[in-house]
Amino acid sequence: MEELRKKAAELLSSGTVKVVIGFAQGSGGKTRAAFAQTPDQAAKLICDERCVQNLAVYLSKSEVKSLGKIAVVAKVPVLRTILQLAAENQLKDGEIVVLGISPEGKLVELPDFKAIEDFLAKIPYELTPEQKAELEKLEKMSVEERWNYWQEQFAKCVKCYACRAACPLCYCESCLTQCNQPQWIPVAPHQVGNMEWHIVRAMHLTGRCIGCGDCERACPVGIPLSLLNRKLAEEVFKNFKTRAGVAAKEEYALGTFKPEDKENFIK
Amino acid sequence: MSDFEPKIIAFVCNWCTYAGADLTGTSRIKYSPEVRMIRLPCTGRIDFMLLLKAFDQGADGVIVSGCHPGDCHYTSGNFHARRRWIIFRELMEFVGIDTRRVFFAWISAAEGAKWAQFVNSVAEDVKKLGPYESYKKAAGAGIE
Repeated sequence: MEELRKKAAELLSSGTVKVVIGFAQGSGGKTRAAFAQTPDQAAKLICDERCVQNLAVYLSKSEVKSLGKIAVVAKVPVLRTILQLAAENQLKDGEIVVLGISPEGKLVELPDFKAIEDFLAKIPYELTPEQKAELEKLEKMSVEERWNYWQEQFAKCVKCYACRAACPLCYCESCLTQCNQPQWIPVAPHQVGNMEWHIVRAMHLTGRCIGCGDCERACPVGIPLSLLNRKLAEEVFKNFKTRAGVAAKEEYALGTFKPEDKENFIK
Repeated sequence: MSDFEPKIIAFVCNWCTYAGADLTGTSRIKYSPEVRMIRLPCTGRIDFMLLLKAFDQGADGVIVSGCHPGDCHYTSGNFHARRRWIIFRELMEFVGIDTRRVFFAWISAAEGAKWAQFVNSVAEDVKKLGPYESYKKAAGAGIE
């Protein structure tokens, strides 16, 4: 990834950007997010298959924004998130510098949103066979079995909200969980409250989740959270033929409608 | 279960279904008394959380009803609601909530008879299903 380091150092020394968000060596053989502000720091950036975090989560953080213009190392999920953030008017074209990384690990020039759209159009946007099998396994269960499965999963939740913090699209400054009049979500981990929280999270990400899976990776108790998001993303595609993060100008699936939407369940 | 009296919560819009139910009353049509109506400005206002909260508070069945497509007082509230329900029903199904207990309908201000008929059929269905034990059990669970 010498190419990436060189480009990052160049951007920093020329003053084009003030910070490059990328990955650096962390502890225990793992990688961590790094914020390079000098060419020296840029020389320590790495990018390999261990680097899976969706770095776009930092794009909406005021602590990072206050550093100045940002460049971000962007693998495919980050690129999708950038387009989705743009569709939600959270990012303007040219506001950040995108250091695209192709699935093969090559640095790609992506000067604007149009270039990102064209680049992503060539990459299949489908579930992997394992993800499909996981979904199908649950879909085949009876309603009662599914209820028991999810109750068991949600019972583990400790309401740490790491799923929310890790999600690049959960950027609301004030969250429904903070509303206590009415108290939509109980503060303490409670069986029904936990379920309500995960339902709310899934619903609020419907048609917006790009499927990076960071919520699930962040979960300290191992709840298969992205299953909920994946299921809804598939339903949105099936019913409304749209996917999140494919275009910088895209209408939110639940913010619009078609007169011919199905209504076979309405009497 | 013959003496089981279900609790049914109906979230209805102000302009169509609520007025329709009013017509049911003024037309002196009798219908199942198990339904408790909650009037909201529009079906577009009916947050999916309200449905969950109804079950949380011990409902055995939930009704959501509003204006027919094209009749919305706010032009498109019911169209937006319909999209939300399409997705929310799938999610409820996926997490194992009994969607046989959630009923959707379009009932206009002129359809007083339809409202009575609809509520009766819902009450009958919910009576057959019995109390929503699994949700009640989870809602009544203590904080661990």
